[in-house]
Amino acid sequence: MLGWELPPHNSGGLGVACYYMSKALALQGAEIDFVVPYSASHPDTDHMTIHAATTCSPLDRYGSMGAYDSAAFTNKARGSDLRSLQKQYTSFVETLVEKIVPDTIHAHDWLTMEAGMRAKELTGAPLIVHVHATEFDRSGERHGNPLVHDIEYQGLMMADRIIAVSGITKSIIMQRYGISGDKIEVIHNAVDIESFGSFDYDMRTYAYIETLKKEGYTVVSTVTRFTIQKGLTHLLRAAARACEKYDKLVFLLAGDGEQFNELVGLSAELGIADKVFFTGFVRGKQWRDAYNVADIFVMSSVSEPFGLTALEAAHYNSALIITKQSGVGEVLHNIFRYDFWDIDVLADQIIGIATSRALRENLQQNVKHEYARLSWHDVATKCMQLYRMIPKGVSA
Amino acid sequence: MNKRGIVLYLHVHQPLRIRKYTIFDTAEAHDYFDESDHSSDRNNEQVFRKVADKSYRPMNKLLEKMLDKHPGFKLSLSITGTFIEQAEKWAPDVLESFKRLVDSGRVDIVAETYYHSLAFFYSREEFERQVALHQAKIKEVFGVSSTVFRNTELAYNDELAKWADDYGFKGILAEGWDPILQWRSPNYVYTPPNTKNIRLLLKNYRLSDDLAFRFGNKAWEQWPLAPKTYVDWTNASLADGQLVNLFMDYETFGEHQWADTGIFDFFESFVERWLLQPGGAFYMAAEAVGAYASTGEISMPQTVTWADTERDLTAWLGNSMQQEALRHLYALEEPMLRSNDPALIADWRRLQTSDHVYYMCTKWFTDGDVHAYFSPYDSPYDAFLYFMNALRDVRYRLMEYHRHGGLYG
Repeated sequence: MLGWELPPHNSGGLGVACYYMSKALALQGAEIDFVVPYSASHPDTDHMTIHAATTCSPLDRYGSMGAYDSAAFTNKARGSDLRSLQKQYTSFVETLVEKIVPDTIHAHDWLTMEAGMRAKELTGAPLIVHVHATEFDRSGERHGNPLVHDIEYQGLMMADRIIAVSGITKSIIMQRYGISGDKIEVIHNAVDIESFGSFDYDMRTYAYIETLKKEGYTVVSTVTRFTIQKGLTHLLRAAARACEKYDKLVFLLAGDGEQFNELVGLSAELGIADKVFFTGFVRGKQWRDAYNVADIFVMSSVSEPFGLTALEAAHYNSALIITKQSGVGEVLHNIFRYDFWDIDVLADQIIGIATSRALRENLQQNVKHEYARLSWHDVATKCMQLYRMIPKGVSA
Repeated sequence: MNKRGIVLYLHVHQPLRIRKYTIFDTAEAHDYFDESDHSSDRNNEQVFRKVADKSYRPMNKLLEKMLDKHPGFKLSLSITGTFIEQAEKWAPDVLESFKRLVDSGRVDIVAETYYHSLAFFYSREEFERQVALHQAKIKEVFGVSSTVFRNTELAYNDELAKWADDYGFKGILAEGWDPILQWRSPNYVYTPPNTKNIRLLLKNYRLSDDLAFRFGNKAWEQWPLAPKTYVDWTNASLADGQLVNLFMDYETFGEHQWADTGIFDFFESFVERWLLQPGGAFYMAAEAVGAYASTGEISMPQTVTWADTERDLTAWLGNSMQQEALRHLYALEEPMLRSNDPALIADWRRLQTSDHVYYMCTKWFTDGDVHAYFSPYDSPYDAFLYFMNALRDVRYRLMEYHRHGGLYG
């Protein structure tokens, strides 16, 4: 299995998904060699063998920045870091498959696709490309990086089977890359409830916001990277629109990213700066309590292949509002959905929940039944079926 | 000795669905029922025109033909006020064809609330006003009066029967639900407890649902259902009994079961076969209640409806959104009536139509049976949102009218 990150060295959902998926696969009897592009220890990961492709620190794996970010990749200095790391990763995999011949190659996202193709070429083992996000998702409403598009296209063409994390992702692969739908399996991500642990929410992390809640304010939050893909400018405009009609709303934007300054500026421009709270980068208790303090969680993404954070929000008792462009909406029904650009609809939904306790409680309670049904065990079962279905030694 | 017979009762209804009505429309536009998107299932005019073509026109034509051909053919209809209003606007010919059916003298009209509401469970006074409004509308359009009553969704209990008896109705309709009937058959005339004159007719749900729900289902082991088989089943069910009460939505014919299922031909053939056999009759509901003496008393202290496997009101009042919506709506009753503003009061009553809260039902969503959610909205939460925005606007208009009071949030 070829991946780019694993907890605790993950910056996003990809590492989390790889971790739980591999764990569930191992429980079903899969022997996994997992290649990461950095050297570090992975406590709590004894269900598989982890191979370090380079001697880099985990912090350098995206070329000394956060998670791979389409906009920043055009920045030459950083971009070239990432490309050279990818090349080292690929040559490591070339050497590795000489010693350990895989039955199946399972490659996650474009960062590992080149290595996956080389491994297939060298061993003849079938290649499964697992798409958690495409460059079209990461670039939001702009054009993506042509080099990345190229790698994705080749990887998708060369793959024996493709796993897409949602129907939305499957249709992007079909429409934008012209890949036949027969080759693509939709396997939605799951969530591991135990991983949330049991914490007592002490109501103090965001004390000021808790005070506002006592005064009848409704807290709308989102926890995300501040990139174009996440649609946060639309969220802020909807926030301003909602405040025109209903005043007792506050918005908590937890996270960091290239759009941080732009978003702070926009909230002032819209005249709602006093109602919008920016936390900056959060982790641990601050991260968790950004969910805990929320009444409503919004996933405003312009294009979100899955959207694991929505399930985390559901776990922490938020009512969910999710764009129709987010894959997680395919597995949840007790939610509000809207088109990412439709700020009036989002504003209406926020006010609706804020002004009706019955609506809020129904959303909060009913979605819990739904997300609890999603299990990594089922994901692993589907992957195992896929592994068995592909005949060994097929040529490209 | 009267002939054994069938009481065929068809319920004709269309709600006025609320459009995608947002908080930005509230206190600005009052056109809750005018969806502008022509392709939307919330567009009442488009839905009405579609159902008129698929169901009302072909079925009424067939019913007229059969009334002409078979002097023994009779049936009962209930037609809601919200249906009549829409027919007057968008399909006057459909309304005319219903009038011709009633003019035959062999089609009677069953009474109900004008707005297809659940007012009985919220305000007895408002409920009575809506029954009276319906009676007046039926008199105005069809020139007849009703002597048999059915409540919205066949929601029935002993208290309702007592009310209908006191009001002067001769008959009332309810679901023939096994846990209530136990060893008794629905195919007899019964009496509700503590009543003087009224008689109770119970739906034979097995035979009714064979047509209403199962007829076109290819996975049903009895598919395709032949008219002869259905006559045999009806005879077998009837045995020594008096009446088989086939109660269902009128839209079963052509809309719930499309023409290509063969429902129209089936129906024509079934009626003919039934009448051709010795002693096979049809009764209008108003006749049926006087055709036989009561077999005994049946009590339903708890409300029974004709919906779902639970046969209760949970599809309408099962969650707190539905309860909130109706609580806030009925709370406006007193100032609303004082306004004496006919347009405002009519809109308030249109929001009482039970379909609105039905669209807010979450039980299929929580059971994971999403496909059972039939609604013009994406989710029960959307349905609630638009309803509450419309309700807020009604409050706003009321406040404007009275020039005092607040918006209550």
